[in-house]
Amino acid sequence: MMNKNKEPHENTNTARRKFLAGIAGAAGLSIASGVTLFSFAEANDKTGPVSSKVRWGMLIDTLKCADGCNDCVSACFKENGIGSTGRPDTDPQWIRKIEVRNPKTERQISLPMMCQHCADPPCVDVCPTGASFKRADGIVLVDKHTCIGCRYCMMACPFQARSFVHEDLTDQKTDIPRGKGTVESCTLCVHRIDKGGTPACAEACSDTAGKAILFGDLNDPNSEITRRVEKFASTQIRADLGLDAGIRYRGI
Amino acid sequence: MATKFIYRQLQGNETKYYLFLCLIGIIASIGGFSAYYMETNGHHVTGMNNHIVWGIPHIFAIFLILTASGALNVASISSVFGKAIYTPLARLSGLLAIALLIGGLLVLVLDLGRPDRLIVAMTTYNFKSIFAWNIFLYTGFLAVVIIYLWMMLEKRMNHFTKTLGVVAFIWRLALTTGTGSIFGFLVARQSYDAAVFAPLFIAISFSLGLAVFILVLAAALSADDRPLGVYIVTKLGRLLSIFVAAVLYFVLVQHLTNLYATEHHGVERFILLEGGIYTGLFWIGQIIIGGFLPLLLLLHPRFNGKKFNVYSAAVCVIFGGLAQLYVIIIGGQAYPLVLFPGMEITSSFFDGAVRSYIPSLPEVLLGIGGISVAILITAIGLKALRFLPTSLEDSVTDPNVNKAP
Repeated sequence: MMNKNKEPHENTNTARRKFLAGIAGAAGLSIASGVTLFSFAEANDKTGPVSSKVRWGMLIDTLKCADGCNDCVSACFKENGIGSTGRPDTDPQWIRKIEVRNPKTERQISLPMMCQHCADPPCVDVCPTGASFKRADGIVLVDKHTCIGCRYCMMACPFQARSFVHEDLTDQKTDIPRGKGTVESCTLCVHRIDKGGTPACAEACSDTAGKAILFGDLNDPNSEITRRVEKFASTQIRADLGLDAGIRYRGI
Repeated sequence: MATKFIYRQLQGNETKYYLFLCLIGIIASIGGFSAYYMETNGHHVTGMNNHIVWGIPHIFAIFLILTASGALNVASISSVFGKAIYTPLARLSGLLAIALLIGGLLVLVLDLGRPDRLIVAMTTYNFKSIFAWNIFLYTGFLAVVIIYLWMMLEKRMNHFTKTLGVVAFIWRLALTTGTGSIFGFLVARQSYDAAVFAPLFIAISFSLGLAVFILVLAAALSADDRPLGVYIVTKLGRLLSIFVAAVLYFVLVQHLTNLYATEHHGVERFILLEGGIYTGLFWIGQIIIGGFLPLLLLLHPRFNGKKFNVYSAAVCVIFGGLAQLYVIIIGGQAYPLVLFPGMEITSSFFDGAVRSYIPSLPEVLLGIGGISVAILITAIGLKALRFLPTSLEDSVTDPNVNKAP
């Protein structure tokens, strides 16, 4: 009777052990995969978590920016999948070339204009839902899930740097979230930066003779951009507004 | 004095009433279909673009929102400032405030790029944004006015009317300050970024709200064959003249301040002299038709004592108000941003050039749809509850007539 009773008891224990082991394994797997996913989300491939120790920015040397050269614009549009519908009033433009002429001296310069990635961005201030936001590293972005398309940020931006998506989009890039009825602007190629790369416009400009766009960390005293900002006089567009733009210009 | 007035639901010809409801319902539905058309195709089917980002829908929406807070003033004058002559008008004033605000908010929401995300706007806030404050100011206004109306309509609650009246009055001042500050807080643009927008918008709301109130009062009483005396209409007309003068004063301050600062000379030259449609709308629409003409109709002895002149003045004020909003909203965006002061700039994004805007039919229909919804709510309210006094003839409103033996 005892033996008979013992056998099933032992069998039960084995089954329970297997069951517990299975549960533990499944739990371990879930946690491990969760932790892995979390770490993917938390840390970037090469640069680590976003930190305010870094302030990404650009120094644009208008003395080197060639009149008529559009390489930065083409590179941006290609990188981010921005196409033309033939309706220039409603087509998005994340970056554009501006020709500036002094009517008194006839001096003319050419420069690229895009989101200035301000330290105190007016677009972030006015956004009712907080969809417009600034990352710790200074990059100003739009959260495509919470933008309601009110366009108040477009009213508030002093640089006319933002575009509204006026119609359906096709052939979008997987790295670049965009959507009809929301507002968008230059992301400083955040998808590249998070992998340790540089923005497409800066890369395109360095490939050509211009080398007018220098990208780097404005907080790093040893970076090329900081050294040049310290050495040469540079300015911010609409510096009077005190927004502390991340894009600096030389020669204007 | 208040006890003399008897309030009744609309009791006139039912067939005519329901035909009217159907007609307004159809116009409101067309507005709804226009919004659907804009949302499915994207905003490229409208006249709005990356430069004129707010268009006709915003003019209608802000017109309705300003009018809503202004329409409540008649009730405020009655319960806050104790002017008994306005007491029989207070209920209609509250109803109109609710109806107009709902109409305006509908237009605003349906013009969003993603109106389906309204729930995001209602649950996710950035409290530094004046838009986020306005969401609370608008919904709170609706709640306050509904309670205020309840206090007025329910005899047992009448003694709370004054308290609620004060709350509603302060709230409507905050609401219009919020609406004006949408523009006042915009640092980027030459024509905005001025504190005067808050009091200017309060003055516009007083004037537009009263003008709309006078016309709705006359239309509702006339549709139900109820008498409306000259005394009360001319009294409302005199009040309207003060509000019209207040708007003109703030417009003068707005432009004088800008004209004093050299950095704003460009935008002032654009609006006042060289802006084409905007200059025309400013001088002819806003100043002459919306300002001087109503003042003449309301104050000149030759036009005194005629209800028609007050109604005409109210129509002029509404036209002038719409023109003013067009100049502020569209004109303010059409003038290019000043990126490099003193320089000439050109680009593929039309930097440095005056931006063009041609309103499209769906936008206009959406705006008219918002007005129709406001009319629909008012008409249903008047039929369902006792908002309207049975008579406003001089014998019951004019204290001098009452004193006569």
